[in-house]
Amino acid sequence: MTILIDNKTKVKESLQPKGFLRYFSFSLDHKVIGIQYLVCGFLFYLVGGTLASAIRIELISPLSDFLPRDVYNQVLTLHGTIMIFLWIVPVVNGAFGNYLIPFYVGARDMAFPRLNAVAFWLIPPSGLMLIASYFIEGAAQSGWTAYPPLSITTPQSGQIIWILSVLLLGGSSIFGGINFIVTILKLRRPGLKLMNLPMYCWAMLGTSILVVLSTPVLAGTLILLSFDIVAHTGFFNPALGGNVVVYQHLFWFYSHPAVYIMVLPAFGLVSEILPIHCRKPLFGYTTMVFSIMGIVVLGLVVWAHHMFTSGTPPWMRLFFTIATAFIAVPTGIKFFNWVATMWGGKISLNSAMLFSCGFIINFVFGGITGVALAQVPFDIHVHDTYFVVAHFHYIVYGGSVFVIFSSIYHWYPKVVGKILNENLGYLHFALTFIGFNLCFAPQHWLGLNGMPRRVAEYDPQFQFVNQISSIGALLMAISTIPFLINIFISFKKGKIAGNNPWNGLTPEWLTTSPPPVENWEGEAPLVNEPYGYGKDYLSCK
Amino acid sequence: MTILNNSDEIKKSEIELINHHEDYRIFGLIIFLIADGMTFAGFFAAYLTYKAVNPLPEGSIYELELAIPTLNTILLLVSSATFHKAGKALVNQKNDISQKWLLVTASLGITFLICQLYEYFNLPFGLTDNLFASTFYALTGFHGLHVTLGTLMILIISWQTRINGGRISYKNMFPLEAVELYWHFVDGIWVILFIILYLY
Repeated sequence: MTILIDNKTKVKESLQPKGFLRYFSFSLDHKVIGIQYLVCGFLFYLVGGTLASAIRIELISPLSDFLPRDVYNQVLTLHGTIMIFLWIVPVVNGAFGNYLIPFYVGARDMAFPRLNAVAFWLIPPSGLMLIASYFIEGAAQSGWTAYPPLSITTPQSGQIIWILSVLLLGGSSIFGGINFIVTILKLRRPGLKLMNLPMYCWAMLGTSILVVLSTPVLAGTLILLSFDIVAHTGFFNPALGGNVVVYQHLFWFYSHPAVYIMVLPAFGLVSEILPIHCRKPLFGYTTMVFSIMGIVVLGLVVWAHHMFTSGTPPWMRLFFTIATAFIAVPTGIKFFNWVATMWGGKISLNSAMLFSCGFIINFVFGGITGVALAQVPFDIHVHDTYFVVAHFHYIVYGGSVFVIFSSIYHWYPKVVGKILNENLGYLHFALTFIGFNLCFAPQHWLGLNGMPRRVAEYDPQFQFVNQISSIGALLMAISTIPFLINIFISFKKGKIAGNNPWNGLTPEWLTTSPPPVENWEGEAPLVNEPYGYGKDYLSCK
Repeated sequence: MTILNNSDEIKKSEIELINHHEDYRIFGLIIFLIADGMTFAGFFAAYLTYKAVNPLPEGSIYELELAIPTLNTILLLVSSATFHKAGKALVNQKNDISQKWLLVTASLGITFLICQLYEYFNLPFGLTDNLFASTFYALTGFHGLHVTLGTLMILIISWQTRINGGRISYKNMFPLEAVELYWHFVDGIWVILFIILYLY
């Protein structure tokens, strides 16, 4: 079977452009698609980061003097949508998933290479469409949640373009999810058992299940919303007999799992990075697998904790509070597993490891505020304040984005063949970590004292803390500069990495750097112990 | 590994290999259909919630007749059977019979759509009249879109099953199997929709 497919792939590959141009082509190679996802996502990250800087500049003073109020609303909507749908989701799933999963299962490509390329090429046009909507009557103004009736009453064209672009991105996400599930379950190298797979495969399997089950619900909801906007039906319009809470239920049925779609792959990536740089096996492999699957199941039944102030009946509040608190159990298991992996290990504190440690610290902090927010009395107090903003930035930035940077430092030698400069990496980490905590930790205080989110103006008593937060944002903006310099300089003049600079045992390190088109010159290696560090056969080539 | 010295045997093993690969595609399609089903599940959940908590205001009209939808249910169920017949005929290498059954299926699908449109034009309410009217049109319309796509795909594969020069034969069953699975799925959704929207 393999021979037949391989010949086909070879023929396809010979028709593809070579060299740098292939990154702009409809390439079917999973490695090229992974890089396309990463670079495209990073460009959108720069756009979203610029928007975030605009928000923080606006919030230096209590009055809306930098941006007009409606532009501020557009900027925060675009910032949220771009960062979620065009940066974190495509990068933690699409980029690293496409690059690594075929290596991990011992395949030469994903199950459906063409579908894979289609899934990627849906992203740039929809992202550009979303940004372009700003220049046509203004972008959407209703936040990334697009709650009606606000999304129905604000200018239409921006909101409709927002819906179309999120639908396309959702489609891309579903295609990717189908590809990952089939690849992980069916394309495994003969002899490789599910329970011997590297942890990232399990994380991607769980994520893809969430993507396939929840994204279509968002798509259906947005179709109904577009009917409300264009055809003036009344699904979510109380004036026409509709029900806004139904929208919130359907929206959060996707958007709560979306948090796990953003953070589960990050869990998987950290579980790959920690054992290599600590020279110890991953602690508690089986519990890790079960906690991922537990998060998948629980993640689907906690959505209404975003709606405690939406007239939710008491039984629902009770159920969703308990279910949400339960999620802390598998997440806590994973946290202790990572700490136990590091415990007593021979830790090399390089940039990849620093970012992973930063992730663990930030994520625990975000997790604790998450458990607090799950409690109804507390949530009612801080709902829609900066406390929530601080909480989810600790999860998605302190969690996912830190892991993305950690992974870039970790896998850059494999992809490019050269090691990133460590000193610039330390600088990048220090700026990011200090800037991030300076930016978001004070926002907990702002939220507890009642500063509402998504408003361009605020009470003058909050000015000093907001200025501290803005300084943190400035540091975060500056932190991209050493990173970009590092990427380009190391690309030209970096130290040659060799095939296995970290002495890793997972399959992607057992091929050349950069890997050949078909991943391995000969047969794919059978890796039954991807984390067998500290054992006799440690000496790997 | 046994050495294959008979050309027929080699052919057979090659077919097996291709079929093995096609298995993934069917599996991928099943996952896609689960995703598609979740879209409908979202719609159904919204409809049932509206039914439970949003009473119709005084004087709004929302009445459904059962005659046409019942006929439509029968049409779709029969079309599932005829599609199955087409698949069986193709396995027995009878492309012409398979093609005939496919055309019967497609015409059943077209009849379904005509009946649906007839129902739309004769209902006493329009898309924006009230909440349930909107939900009705959104649900049946979204399903009708699926039937339209399915009918188009059936017409394409019935052209591809032709004896001279068609791509689909007993050696390449995948397109027919995929469309058949999709068609059964659309039928199943219709049955749920019929129960929830018309009977419940």
